[in-house]
Amino acid sequence: MEATIKKPNAEAVDYSQAEVNRSLTPEDKIRFLRDMMRIRKFEQVAANYYQNKRMVGGFLHLYIGQESVAVGTLSLMGENDHCITAYRDHGHALAVGMSMNECMAELFGKSTGCSKGKGGSMHFFAPDKHFWGGHGIVAGQSPLGLGLAFGLKYKGLKGCCMSYMGDGAVNQGVFHESLNLASLWNIPVVYIIENNGYSMGTSLERSSAIKNCLAERAEGYNIEWDMVTGDNLYEVRAKTKVAMDRAHNESRPTILEIATYRYEGHSVADAKKKVYRTAEEIEFYKTYHDPLRLWRKQLLDEGVITEECAGKIDREARDEAEASAEFGMGSDYPREQDILSDVYYEVDRGTEAGRTGKHFFSE
Amino acid sequence: MITYLEAIREAQAKALADDPRVFIYGQDVGAFGGAFKATKGLAKEFPGRVLDAPLSEDAIVGLAIGAAIDGMRPIVEMQFADFSTVGFNQIVNHAATHFWRTGVPCPITVRLPSGGTAGSGPFHSQCMEALYATYPGLIVMTPATVEDAYSMLLEAVAIDDPVIFCEHKYLYYHLKAEALPTEAMPVGKARIARAGRDLTVVAYSAMVHEALACAEELAGEGTEIEVVDLRTVKPLDTDTVLASVARTGRLLAVGEAWPWGGVNAEVVARVASDGFALLDAPPRRLNAKDTPVPFHPNLWGTHRPTARSIAVAVREVLSQ
Ligand SMILES: Cc1ncc(C[n+]2csc(CCOP(=O)(O)OP(=O)(O)O)c2C)c(N)n1
Ligand SMILES: [Mg+2]
Repeated sequence: MEATIKKPNAEAVDYSQAEVNRSLTPEDKIRFLRDMMRIRKFEQVAANYYQNKRMVGGFLHLYIGQESVAVGTLSLMGENDHCITAYRDHGHALAVGMSMNECMAELFGKSTGCSKGKGGSMHFFAPDKHFWGGHGIVAGQSPLGLGLAFGLKYKGLKGCCMSYMGDGAVNQGVFHESLNLASLWNIPVVYIIENNGYSMGTSLERSSAIKNCLAERAEGYNIEWDMVTGDNLYEVRAKTKVAMDRAHNESRPTILEIATYRYEGHSVADAKKKVYRTAEEIEFYKTYHDPLRLWRKQLLDEGVITEECAGKIDREARDEAEASAEFGMGSDYPREQDILSDVYYEVDRGTEAGRTGKHFFSE
Repeated sequence: MITYLEAIREAQAKALADDPRVFIYGQDVGAFGGAFKATKGLAKEFPGRVLDAPLSEDAIVGLAIGAAIDGMRPIVEMQFADFSTVGFNQIVNHAATHFWRTGVPCPITVRLPSGGTAGSGPFHSQCMEALYATYPGLIVMTPATVEDAYSMLLEAVAIDDPVIFCEHKYLYYHLKAEALPTEAMPVGKARIARAGRDLTVVAYSAMVHEALACAEELAGEGTEIEVVDLRTVKPLDTDTVLASVARTGRLLAVGEAWPWGGVNAEVVARVASDGFALLDAPPRRLNAKDTPVPFHPNLWGTHRPTARSIAVAVREVLSQ
């Protein structure tokens, strides 16, 4: 089984020696472990509550297995950088610094959730953190990422937008339209394809026509691209840095295809994972390519952490996740009378236009 | 017992078996059997005719149109009605106008798993029937029963015009019938789902069942509501609606879609202009709230019409 895809003719490189990684302090490295662990525990706790029917139901797309992608790439996010992603958004949300409470409460549909119970799992967002959210329409976010980056360029700011999508999303026309514009107008966007091998139950081989890989399609648009081994946090950071530098310094786009894997079903509702992949395949990734396990081992080998310290990070993450579930459960339900709020800005703000606001609604 | 969802599967199996020109195309409709299992087992039963599509709704519909004008009978499954907007251009500009422009009909069926279920949120709950009904050239079906789900889907495939088949996700598992029907009402004809003398409720799709539940409750108070199930919203059977209003003198149109310019608005407008003299009270409509569809089940329950909110509206019309 081939778990990682390499760019054709790529040489073996020790990415821990990349500048962006050599400058890391032990604290930084421990923070990455903690960040990945927090995402995993958050989702494990959420899945538990969901399956025990203590959550309201709906969709829950778990990121478990892919944590190194969000944590590795977003660890480089600077003041002017933006992030936007699809519906599998819990990892990105926590990685940009959203609190477990506001995220978990949203899963419970509570008024304390980031979307006040209106959006749910797929619609986490935090504009104050330049996290423009989860998006439920596959690839619908890709031109938005372009626009966020265009805005930076227009305003003369040195920044970029990291725009995430799945391996299935690349076949949407709008993504190709976005690529053309990105190159034509020199827009500082970094498209990150999280290639977990499947779009729902359809494998990459059955959904995408490619020569060697998806990112290579960039060639047709004269866009730089690279392949990344997702379970190697050092590599993720090193290659993301190259792409971000290109955006910041040359205002040119990049496509990064990061090889990764999801352990759970497409959504919690689809437990029938064996219809399209084998239990052995899942086991293989868990055993040999688990990003948390590998990073933990890396830090143990480097002497950055001890077993004891790793265990503590593990426990703290679990406790935090459990506490957030308590918070979510204990929070108030959204109020029915608030259903007409947040639809029109002008109405909510009571502006002149909004004060004639009863005409905004049909009832 | 057979569910509404199974009826949709059975209709597709029959269409595939009866007509070699039929093929099914959509995301994960093959081995996976569709997101809701509406095509369960069909890929195996009909090799090469139930095809997994990439995430490319625009091209999915476009391909179906091309194949249809080339003599095929494609059934396209949109995974959720909401995503059909990504293929909207192809449906409303190309499919809808094809016969008008060329004299060559475009017999595609686009299945839209429509409407809300608790916890589905803003992009997995929408009712798109009014949007499509506004375009000349499209037929829009909104079956409310297991029988109609089956027979109307077969009709949709047989019809030479493009059909938007709005199947309701809430009914998928909730609704059961003894057996598949052997005969069916003609397409474009509405059905009196319950006879009554005091007020006409016009509904379609899942709202027929909310209206029936409301009628049952009000019958206990001595109020007899007539429930008309439109079955197709385009064509819209104005005659049956007017005949019902002639009997009751009062109209309430109920739909799960948004109020603005929708099916209910059309029903009310037709009755007001063609049946004004039949009315004893101003005609009314009840829709979902004029906001995006919320995630939390409590909010969702308030967002769409229910037997309870229909009863409130009925009483209001009756009091006038
Ligand atoms: C326009 C649109 N079509 C279909 C869907 C249904 N759908 C949601 S996710 C998904 C698969 C996407 O796979 P991929 O892009 O690889 O992302 P992953 O789930 O693997 O993270 C599908 C078909 C959707 N949400 N939006
Ligand atoms: Mg994928």
